[in-house]
Amino acid sequence: MPKPILTIKNLTKTYGQNVIFQHLDLTVNEGDTIVIIGPSGTGKSTLLRCINLLTRPNEGQIWLDDLEITAKGTDEDQVRQHIGMVFQNFLLFNHLTALGNVKLGLTRVKHLSDEAATEKAMRELNRVGLADRANHYPGQLSGGQQQRVGIARALAMDPRVMLFDEPTSALDPELIGEVLEVMRQLSLDGMTMLVVTHEMGFAREVADRIVFMEKGYIVEEGSPDEMFNHPKFDRTREFLWKITELYGKKEKEAE
Amino acid sequence: MLTWLGYFERFGKNFLRGAGVTLELTAVGLVIGFVLGLLLALARSYGPKWLQRAAGGYIAVFRGTPLLVQLFIIYYGLPELGLTFSQNMAAYLALGLNSAAYQAEYLRGSINAIGSAQMQAGRSIGLSKWQTISYVILPQALRLALPSWSNEPISLLKTTAIVFLIAVQDLMAEGKRAATTTFDFVGVYLAVAVVYLVMVFALDALFKFLERKTKIPGMDIETRR
Ligand SMILES: Nc1ncnc2c1ncn2[C@@H]1O[C@H](COP(=O)(O)OP(=O)(O)OP(=O)(O)O)[C@@H](O)[C@H]1O
Ligand SMILES: [Mg+2]
Repeated sequence: MPKPILTIKNLTKTYGQNVIFQHLDLTVNEGDTIVIIGPSGTGKSTLLRCINLLTRPNEGQIWLDDLEITAKGTDEDQVRQHIGMVFQNFLLFNHLTALGNVKLGLTRVKHLSDEAATEKAMRELNRVGLADRANHYPGQLSGGQQQRVGIARALAMDPRVMLFDEPTSALDPELIGEVLEVMRQLSLDGMTMLVVTHEMGFAREVADRIVFMEKGYIVEEGSPDEMFNHPKFDRTREFLWKITELYGKKEKEAE
Repeated sequence: MLTWLGYFERFGKNFLRGAGVTLELTAVGLVIGFVLGLLLALARSYGPKWLQRAAGGYIAVFRGTPLLVQLFIIYYGLPELGLTFSQNMAAYLALGLNSAAYQAEYLRGSINAIGSAQMQAGRSIGLSKWQTISYVILPQALRLALPSWSNEPISLLKTTAIVFLIAVQDLMAEGKRAATTTFDFVGVYLAVAVVYLVMVFALDALFKFLERKTKIPGMDIETRR
């Protein structure tokens, strides 16, 4: 019996008059990698930001394990520790080295000793292949390396689930591969992941389920095989065809 | 022609004593101004609405009125309300309260430039809002502010010259005394100007050094993006 880690029920988010999504349901089971795809402005980022409580939904509930995190009086800082977030433009702390970036949460949130934090942070940097760059500042790292530090920073908190918001969209084609490889390995290691991406190769190979969102609705979800080979809706087929065409070229370039 | 150089010999001790007072006024004013200015900047960027408005009002008033008026209100006006200050204390207070308004503007600019993205990144690993401000936003914002902020100590040092009007014995007061003894106003004030100039150069060098010391490799490229 699969154990749900994230349960989203009837979620609605509006900005003023603008309804971003309405009555949205989604369940993420332990160890699953779920890829969310959909056109620009559909509310994918907003959904991730709601899950991480970086913005509040207007209606609906989100559970992390058995805890309703949307309930009034939830300790948001406590919840966010358990939900890792990887941003499109990395958002590393620019005044700290790679090691400093990964350590900050360990010393200030988890209150580890400096020694224990360094040891744990080095393990995470090693996991993303950057132990030798520990003392470099973000400005001295390539985009791909910065994003891998971003992943290590989130992993260091031992999150229950990792959220990725287009982690490779800001990268030059030749740097995308190294980040996707780290994510693929994470997925193999059993991390629960919710990934917004246009990388169809990754989705096809790594995703347990693909969710197609459009205009604030989940149009269709299914296994990669179902979605790519026999989708139920024409909209899904059209979008996948278009996106594969568009980004497939970029992937070819990268090889 | 160069008789004014002789004044350094004749009044050197007095000028030095005065310059000491001037530096003290600058330092105290700068520190009061920095602490209060930082609080004002944080209040404006992160405070509740009423506090944002109050901080904005403070800044508008202190930037919008002459420092001399502020100094006279503190030294001559407040005693009527039962608040009496020594000359030096009044000078410290006026310089500090005034400088705070300007420093708040420098700091607020760079806090805004660091922006909400870094705030989100900090919150995403479980840091609280104030932890993110202390460990993520301010270390970057202060570095970013440093080059333009270093105008403030220099401007403040020159501004301290007005406090001789409430008889604080600063460099300007010493100059005035020397001028009335010799009746050579041009020569004496030229010598005084040179002393101010030397202090300004020294301060400038100090902050350039600080800038180099606190620089993060590659960071200026990052923030310009
Ligand atoms: N803070 C905000 N205030 C008002 N409107 C917002 C805000 N954030 C997002 N929106 C709007 O919400 C809609 C969905 O945005 P969102 O960023 O979630 O889309 P997305 O699916 O992630 O798109 P993209 O692929 O371009 O990243 C957009 O129309 C956007 O303009
Ligand atoms: Mg987005």
